[in-house]
Amino acid sequence: MQLIDKNLIAKKRNGRLMTNKILKWLFFLCTLVGLAVLISLIVDTLIDAVGYLDLHFLTSMGSSRIEEAGFYGAIIGSLWLMLVTVPVAIFLSVATALYLEEYAPENRVTEFIKINISNLAGVPSVVFGLLGLAIFVRAMAMGNSVLAAGLTLALMILPVIVVSSQEAIRSVPSTVREASIGMGATKWQTVSRIILPAAIPGIITGIILAISRAIGETAPLVVIGVPTTLLVTPNGFLDSFQAMPMQIYSWVKMPQEEYQYLAAAGIIVLLVILLLMNSAAIFIRNKFSTRY
Amino acid sequence: MANIKERNEIKKTVDTATLEDKTQGETKPEIIREPIFKTNNFNLWYGDNHALQDINLTFNKNEISAIIGPSGCGKSTFVKSLNRMVELVPIVRTEGEILYRDQDIFERKFTVEELRTKVGMVFQKPNPFPKSIYDNVAYGPRVHGIRKKQILDEIVEKSLRDAAIWDEVKDRLNENAIGLSGGQQQRICIARALATEPDVILMDEPTSALDPISTTKVEDLMQELKKNYSIVVVTHNMQQAARVSDTTAFFYQGYVVEHDDTKVIFENPRDQRTEDYVSGRFG
Amino acid sequence: MTKNYNVQEMIQKNTDNKGGAFEKSIPVILFIITLVSILATIAILYTLISQSVEFFSRESIVDFFTSATWMPYSSDPEYGIWALAMGTFKIVFVATIFAVPLGLGAAIYLSEYATDRVKKIIKPILEVLAGIPTVVYGFFAINFITPILQSIYSGFSLYNATSAGIVVGIMILPMIASLSEDAMSSVPNSTREGSLGLGATRLETTFKVVLPAAVSGIVASVVLAVSRAIGETMIVSIAAGSTPNASLDLTDPLQTMTGFIVQITSGDAAYGSTLYFSLFAVGMTLFLFTFAMNILSQWITKRFREEY
Repeated sequence: MQLIDKNLIAKKRNGRLMTNKILKWLFFLCTLVGLAVLISLIVDTLIDAVGYLDLHFLTSMGSSRIEEAGFYGAIIGSLWLMLVTVPVAIFLSVATALYLEEYAPENRVTEFIKINISNLAGVPSVVFGLLGLAIFVRAMAMGNSVLAAGLTLALMILPVIVVSSQEAIRSVPSTVREASIGMGATKWQTVSRIILPAAIPGIITGIILAISRAIGETAPLVVIGVPTTLLVTPNGFLDSFQAMPMQIYSWVKMPQEEYQYLAAAGIIVLLVILLLMNSAAIFIRNKFSTRY
Repeated sequence: MANIKERNEIKKTVDTATLEDKTQGETKPEIIREPIFKTNNFNLWYGDNHALQDINLTFNKNEISAIIGPSGCGKSTFVKSLNRMVELVPIVRTEGEILYRDQDIFERKFTVEELRTKVGMVFQKPNPFPKSIYDNVAYGPRVHGIRKKQILDEIVEKSLRDAAIWDEVKDRLNENAIGLSGGQQQRICIARALATEPDVILMDEPTSALDPISTTKVEDLMQELKKNYSIVVVTHNMQQAARVSDTTAFFYQGYVVEHDDTKVIFENPRDQRTEDYVSGRFG
Repeated sequence: MTKNYNVQEMIQKNTDNKGGAFEKSIPVILFIITLVSILATIAILYTLISQSVEFFSRESIVDFFTSATWMPYSSDPEYGIWALAMGTFKIVFVATIFAVPLGLGAAIYLSEYATDRVKKIIKPILEVLAGIPTVVYGFFAINFITPILQSIYSGFSLYNATSAGIVVGIMILPMIASLSEDAMSSVPNSTREGSLGLGATRLETTFKVVLPAAVSGIVASVVLAVSRAIGETMIVSIAAGSTPNASLDLTDPLQTMTGFIVQITSGDAAYGSTLYFSLFAVGMTLFLFTFAMNILSQWITKRFREEY
């Protein structure tokens, strides 16, 4: 008696192979959707931007007259914003990552801190905006200043940098750690002279990616009440400021069609800056990553 | 646990053997053996696992002391106890004494940092820092506060010479040590350990990741280093123990079966298990 | 080589004045900095709760959670969160319908079919896509997707759930694709080879062996993406309109919870007004939704983690 009908299997085989082939192409098309979106997004925006993106656009302040309006105030404002966000976020996150990876005992407090950080990463940015509004803008009376917005964004990207820094620190092999400790180096000497330098490319990559997220973030700025019609750039951290994504948003919301072109021009500037930052991150990752 | 007694008996005979050596030494000054490490009923647990049991051993100055035994017998754990690296595992608990030059290394005022500058270590896998060759070797002196460039230069050169790798790397001291071959890396690691001029060098299977040629180089180097340093080397390679060491301790399942001059261990062991192991019948 | 120094002696001299206090203070300092992350969570909870309490002292909490009418500007204002929540759900629905099949398809292709070279091209594209600011996606929705939709079916309003939903879907697509791909790639090759070795096709192996083994990671990635879609703000503010309603229509304007917060704060809600405090009640609801999703995702990952 034959349990397996070889002819039947052979007959069905072609169909199975065909299904495999068809679905393979279907899956490939799914993968291409991302590329298609990216191309149409960039092309569509470029077409809209092309008449407006010039030196005048980059060097002029905002204006109620469309043909005179520029992006300068927003670019400078975003730079001021990062001047607060970046150092605060780096200081808090790298220290947190070092503590969690190198010093934290394995207990409930540590476990709680880790869970808390991963939940913080999932809080919508608009809720961080509410936090900034209630605490920094109102309770601490910073108003809609560079400082208030910068601190809000710093808290928002904190979990991102913590997690990427933790990964970078963890990837330093324990044998290297042992070698340092085995020479009588103290814990901090080992951390500051061996582990941090070895982990720094990974940490910087994470930081750059987090900053590029912060630069493009709009919702918290809206909630904090960042203005869109300033005629001056800030002179200090307690001054009001404009920001690139905020300016783009206000243009997109305008009914007149010309403002869409201004928005498109602003988007191109923003995307170019983000692209440069991402390239820097990739460059650093490839150039300085140490292979063990 | 009937064989504990038996084991203790063996240890006693071993101890008297070293004592006899000493008394003989007084009449024949050329073989004076000065103990540098001595363990008294040393026990170690990983959680509930009694990994080292009643270890009583003595290692002498300017000798190479080999520790052999099958995998998992505790030889690595033991050598890492000598500079307290074993404490990096959080669940480790110890009992008994380890005397380094008659000072208990677990004593409070004897900090691990001080211990580890006097008792250096070379690890199983070459583990250079991702820094330049120079910075690797200068690391130890630097963390201990030696900053003068001129002195560091001298230390680096001497350590690299002592580790027999100076000629190979003298023209590229600023290159990353990660780029060197495995055998070169391991000699850099030895140079790094030598840079703090330790008293004792612990080596945990230093050649297990190396090819035969590099292994020979490291073994020759050990013979050379013996003049100025005392070496405790863990090895799973019996021929290596036989070739390089002065005394050999055979570890089995967490205790010392036999410790004696290497010649005795390999040619005329007292214990059947030692004989079985060194003749390759298990391992 | 002559030697005119003694390293151990120098070390000894240096060690004598090396203070242990510094070394001991490091973990304490780092721990205190670490507490900032806890403090941030506490501040978020405190803000949302305290201001919501103020809101509910003025408006009925029962109405808030049961009514589906949101008319904060009327002379007799009504605050029924369901009008906003339905808006959010519609967006999430469209986004999920759009992103899950495409994301999984891409994940399967990348993990099971693609050569390393294709992966090296596709993965950075996904990373770039994930890094595009949401305000840019909002522009894309209103200026690209909406006109296309309107040309297909004239019933689409300028602001509608479908356009915003699709673009939110585009935004979460890279997340689903890359997290699901991670889950599938962590299925060991030996498992795959077991199936391929019996003459099964790639496709059969994928559906009968790889997907079942990676299902927890895939589900977790989808849940996380849904959480992201719930919290998405700028795309819906720009492309979905500002008309709170609980209808199921996908062609008309609507307002989400996040969209409401942006609308009120970009205007001027007078500090201390009921409208101002309603922001925090909505924010609280939004926080609870996303928090629940994040916890669910973490629970799935932990509970069903495959051990290889």
